[in-house]
Amino acid sequence: MSAVMITRKVRKWEKLPGKNTFCCDGRVMMARQKGVFYLTLFLIVGTCSLFFAFECPYLAVHLSPAIPVFAVILFLFVIAFLLRTSFSDPGVLPRALPEEANFIEMEIEAANGNVPAGQRPPPRIRNVQINNQIVKLKYCYTCKIFRPPRASHCSICDNCVDRFDHHCPWVGNCVGKRNYRYFYLFTLTLSLLTIYIFAFNIVHVVMRSVDQGFLNTLKETPGTVLEVLVCFFTLWSVVGLTGFHTYLISLNQTTNEDIKGSWSGKNRIQNPYSHKNIIKNCCEVLCGPTYPSVLDRRGLMQEDSPVFTNSEAPSSFNNPVPQTTKTTAPLIPNEHTPDDVKPSIAFSAERSPSPKESSPSPKEEEHPPAPKLPPLASPETDAETSIAKTH
Amino acid sequence: MAAEFHNLQEMQHSALLVTKVFIQRDYSEGTVCRFQNKFPSELNNRIERTLLEETVKTLNSYYVEAEKIGGQSYLEGCLACATAYIVFLCMETRYEKVLKKISNYIQEQNEKIYAPRGLLLTDPIERGMRVLEVSVFEDRGSSGSTPSSSMSSCSSAR
Repeated sequence: MSAVMITRKVRKWEKLPGKNTFCCDGRVMMARQKGVFYLTLFLIVGTCSLFFAFECPYLAVHLSPAIPVFAVILFLFVIAFLLRTSFSDPGVLPRALPEEANFIEMEIEAANGNVPAGQRPPPRIRNVQINNQIVKLKYCYTCKIFRPPRASHCSICDNCVDRFDHHCPWVGNCVGKRNYRYFYLFTLTLSLLTIYIFAFNIVHVVMRSVDQGFLNTLKETPGTVLEVLVCFFTLWSVVGLTGFHTYLISLNQTTNEDIKGSWSGKNRIQNPYSHKNIIKNCCEVLCGPTYPSVLDRRGLMQEDSPVFTNSEAPSSFNNPVPQTTKTTAPLIPNEHTPDDVKPSIAFSAERSPSPKESSPSPKEEEHPPAPKLPPLASPETDAETSIAKTH
Repeated sequence: MAAEFHNLQEMQHSALLVTKVFIQRDYSEGTVCRFQNKFPSELNNRIERTLLEETVKTLNSYYVEAEKIGGQSYLEGCLACATAYIVFLCMETRYEKVLKKISNYIQEQNEKIYAPRGLLLTDPIERGMRVLEVSVFEDRGSSGSTPSSSMSSCSSAR
């Protein structure tokens, strides 16, 4: 058995579970599918370029030079807010390390007591009282934590996100606690930019048509038609979205809560997070503290375990096994188990209940066997947790 | 200070990790960061109740200071918004400043109070602000919970 020491400095983002992509050595964090984000960027930059090329020269001379200046400022703000939303950590909660996961499992065991054989254990829910309302905290089978209030698991990014709003393909990232205000400001400034370009397009066409006739104007500035088309469709969607989010902010709700109807209806509890005052709610969401990222992306991994090269060895640094196929936790799916875990749960339920059989990696031996506990969620096979264990 | 810190690292290498106790978040006041002041039973013989409660209370007050929504946070938010948040590339936010204070406080508490008792606090930010992790160590050589010579020299140095 030969041992090869890997001495390359590995940063933590390289070993983070979840389906994110990282750029600039961990400084930039996005979802995996970025196609729609590139489309957004192309539409904004393209339309603005056409505006600066065709309309601005005429308007600057015939109306005011302030028009292109203001357009440039708006454009820069839109791009800045878009990139800030897309590139920042939305508020991802790191997964529980094995000791914490075990601790929670033991607490759940203790709370459930003895479940008769053949009966399903009760769903994993913890009740907390917030502002005199009972809020249920759900257990996340993938991340092995009880989700904090307002957190939710994004199945596209495979992460629990704090104050999860929604996953936005247009910005190529989740929208959560840390980037919600950037997202809102992006939609707001984009609405303003769209209205601005649309309005000045109309003004430009009208002014020019008076001199040269409508058809000649279109011939001279063909970009106008394209811009008007893009702006027209964008207006309805983006302005509507901005209005919707303004409504949500004034009530201190997230899109996720609104869709699920968490706080609506007579039988449901009222929103315990709202200050019952529109101004206070807006101030909290838009002018509140800037939360730091709790995901240490650029920290260095502890490199104190050698990597063995033969086939028996755990392949910790070379092929991280995808999270989703391994995380089959206490084998009881409920309605809130993420969909990608359910097939593997059903599959492993048909086999013997021991988790060791489902993954033949020798890394299983590193973890102490716990026969008294119900089948634990299979230990993650990525390097981060094994290294944390050897700490 | 340097001598005590040296002992802290020695303790980590010479002592055996017995268990970890996790102090959970207290959500009774909403989503603000706050830890429960419930004393875990596993630490009954290791540390006095009042010391741990004092640590948790101080940590909670630091987090309240960081997340306070008031004049300074509005000013910071509006200024940053006006510059399209580019100012955050050069400036440290108030929350980050308080986090540094918290990190120093935890290190100081570890050196003065927890390491002499064979315990170690982990900064909550390293656990996603979900739990306050208390690692319980047992001296590698001894059979019971008698303090080792390095630990007693640490406590006598106080």
